[in-house]
Parts: sequence; structure tokens; C-alpha cells
Amino acid sequence: MGLKRTALFSAHQKLGAKLIDFGGWEMPVQYTSITDEHLAVRNAAGIFDISHMGEVTVSSAASAEFLNHVLTNDIRKLAPGLGQYTLMCNERGGVIDDLYAYQLSGGVYLLIVNASRTEADVAWLKAQWEKFPRRSEVNLTDASHNYSAVAVQGPRVKEFINNVFPNASVSAMRVNHVTDLKKNQIGGFKFENQSVLVSRTGYTGEDGFEITGEANAIVKIWDKILEIGAPFGIKPCGLGARDTLRTEVCYPLYGHELDEETTPIEAGVGFFVSLDKGEFIGRKVLVEQKANGTKKKLIAFKMTDKSAPPRPHYPIWANGASVGIVTSGTQSPSLNIGIGMGFVPPEFSKPDTKIEIEIRGKRFAAVVVKKPIYKKS
Amino acid sequence: MSNIPSDLKYTKSHEWVRVSGDIATIGITDHAQHELTDIVFVELPEVGRKVKAGEACAVVESVKTASDIYSPVSGEILETNKAVVDNPALVNSKPDSDGWFFKIKLSNPAELNSLLTPEKYKAQING
Repeated sequence: MGLKRTALFSAHQKLGAKLIDFGGWEMPVQYTSITDEHLAVRNAAGIFDISHMGEVTVSSAASAEFLNHVLTNDIRKLAPGLGQYTLMCNERGGVIDDLYAYQLSGGVYLLIVNASRTEADVAWLKAQWEKFPRRSEVNLTDASHNYSAVAVQGPRVKEFINNVFPNASVSAMRVNHVTDLKKNQIGGFKFENQSVLVSRTGYTGEDGFEITGEANAIVKIWDKILEIGAPFGIKPCGLGARDTLRTEVCYPLYGHELDEETTPIEAGVGFFVSLDKGEFIGRKVLVEQKANGTKKKLIAFKMTDKSAPPRPHYPIWANGASVGIVTSGTQSPSLNIGIGMGFVPPEFSKPDTKIEIEIRGKRFAAVVVKKPIYKKS
Repeated sequence: MSNIPSDLKYTKSHEWVRVSGDIATIGITDHAQHELTDIVFVELPEVGRKVKAGEACAVVESVKTASDIYSPVSGEILETNKAVVDNPALVNSKPDSDGWFFKIKLSNPAELNSLLTPEKYKAQING
């Protein structure tokens, strides 16, 4: 089967990107160097193509009730123009996907889901919709093919982003400038007479924005941002840097820290599970885990021995026994040491616990650290 | 455009070989370092280890991945380059000189004949 391409594919080719298969999409892993792109985002600005991500719209009178039944966070906290990180669980509390939910206007919600999970998510949502008593009052649409998207991330983005969108917002959160959006707020802005959604969100641990809209608008916005961001040191960034950036700040990645056999409590994202909002799918297991604890816990760690970088699937050792498994690992471009995350029994999950990572048959010393691994000084 | 020195021999798996008498020096090509980018770790074989042609005997790690390095020839490891272990970026900056990996005392010099010429290696990476 052929790989899917985003509307920015030819832009990536022109920039000399190295392309890889990511969840069935032919995506740029890097343009020049993962380290350079990573540091551009930490110190200046970077732009990512995130058009592969899925979009699902949920609207009509019972949309909030339906979403509160299928998602873990409390959707009622979302006023129009606000977004939240949330998760979708199965009956066992295992994670179907992690996603962002926005309320665009009264009862109209946009879900941004992982590319690799879009099909599974839509199938799951449709199955729950079938069983939902007020389904006639819920419109559920997979709108993924309608949307492209870019993320613009880094401390200097706020210095130039208003020049891309010179006018006040026209829908969702009403603000005069894009930079007036606060974290997790979303507004509809005009770009050359086309409407796009701009949210102050991201997956890098830096300030920044995600821009979602029709393909032809996003292609023009990509070029425009690279042009006006150039004096500020913007670089196009691939999935390689996206992965090292999110690993440093310990954001989970579906398929690594999250899967259908892992709960949000185990993965350390219980903050986004509202156990007191009423019934929702998976709640029973999550309540039990919250009260009695879990068998595994997600840790973050730093290598203390000089070693090769830790990688997913490497065994984690403690007290002379193999106790867990690395889920994400890399050389940290910001800290210049090996870092990672992984699952271990709770007794080995406290910060400062000494552990070892097995790399090609040899064990190297590491230490459990508080999340995030990297924090701006 | 990758640099392909004309005095070296090459492998399909992107190692280069510099021969001096019965000693071969081995490293990875400019094309390989360019593909890997950002080399952050190099693991080299023990001195004294006997390796066969085609045997994985070193590992080079970039930010993203670990890649095996194969000995292009058979023989005994005579010396390894501590400089690339201490400063892996040397493999990116000087892949075919200071960024060498290890030296081998050849046990079967006839194997050298099956390595690629610079022209053939160039054709491979452009093809």
C-alpha cells in the first residue's frame, strides 16, 4: 500500500527533507540535523508539518454529554474558544488514544487525534455512538481529509506570528492578536480571506501555536512563516526533533508510553482524568487504580554512566533484576546526555532511585528523575 | 555531494578501507555520516578480537538510531580510535581521516579484491 502524503509534501522535497514512513504517512524525519532543529525550537523557532494528524468534529445538542462519556477529562470545563488535553479509554481503562479537544462554538467540538490512531478512533467513536441513547442529537464526522496543519514552536515565535495574521480573530476565542491567545485557547483567524484555526498549544515544551485549516491555506502559511520567521532563526523541523523535544519534557507518545493495555494512571497522566465528573468509559478501573495503586508506573530517567543512548525496548534493571522496559529514549540535544522514559513497578519509581539500562547486553547506571527531564532555566 | 577519496576502497554497507602493507584502516564514508547525521556515540571492538569479513563489530549511534558497522575484511583488531569514542562528532566532521574507527591486521588480503572501487561506490550511492 502506498504511503499517504500531506499537502506540504513538495515543500519538504524542495527543502531536501529525509522522508520516512510514520503511521502510513510519508513524513520528514529531518531536514538538516535533528540536533540543529531541536535547538532551533528551544532557542528560537521551528515549524513542523502536522497535517497527518486526524480531525474529528462532534456537534449538536448532546455533543458534550457524548464526549464526557467517551473521554476522561471533563468537557464541561471547556468554554467556547478553549481546548484541553484528554484521553479516550476502553472498558479496561486502556488508552485508545490521547488527544486535544476544543470547543469552537456552543456545542461544536473539534478533536485532534494521532495520525496512527485516526482509523481506530473513528471506529471506536462510531461504535460508542451506536450505543449512545441520545445519538440522534450527536453529529460525529471524520474531517481528517479536510484539514492540514502546522505547529510553530519556540520562544521567538511570539515576536513574528502576529505578522502572519494581521487582523483580530473572527470566531472561537475573540482576541485582537494571535499572541493575545492564552495557553490552550483557540481562535479563528483570516489568512488572505481563508479561515484557519490557531491555538496556543504544542508538543515541544516551548511556547507556540498550532494552525489548522484547508490544505491550500496551510501551504501558503508554511511558506509565509518560513519567510517572516527567517530573521528570527526559524528552521523547518522534522519528526526526529519533534520526538526528542517531547521526550525531554516527558510528553507521552501513543504506541510508546500509551496503548490499549496501559491506563492514564499508569502513564502518569491521571491529572487529565476527571473521576468525579460522573460515569465515563474506563472509569471503574481508573477509580480502583487511583485508590489502590498500579502494578506499573511510568518513570523518567537520565543516564549517569557514559553510554550509548537508551532506546525503546531496552530492559530496565533495579536491585540486580530486570524490572521494566524503556518506552522512549534518546540522546538529549539540550542536556547532551542519554534520557528516557519507561515502565517499572511502583517501588522503583521514586526520583533518585538508582536503576540500570541494559544496552546490547551490558548494564549502565541511570537515575530516576522528576518529570519533565528538561526544564527551562 | 559526498566526498569519495580516490585512494580508498569501499563496501556496499558504506565503510571505507585504507590499506598500508598488511594493515587496513576502517571508517565510515562521508555519505554514511551525512545520512546518519549527529553522531552521538561510537562503540568499537576490543583490540585483539579476530573478526571475519562482513561481521558486525562496531556500532555508531545518531540521535535517532543505532547502526551496526561491519568489518570489510578478516583479521585481528590491532588498534581502535579513542578520539571518536571521546568525540563522536569527529565522524561527522572528518569521516575519512581523523574519524577512522579501527585498524586490522589482514588475515586474507585477497578479500581486498572484492571491495568496491571509488567509481563503483559512487555509482551505488547515486543509483
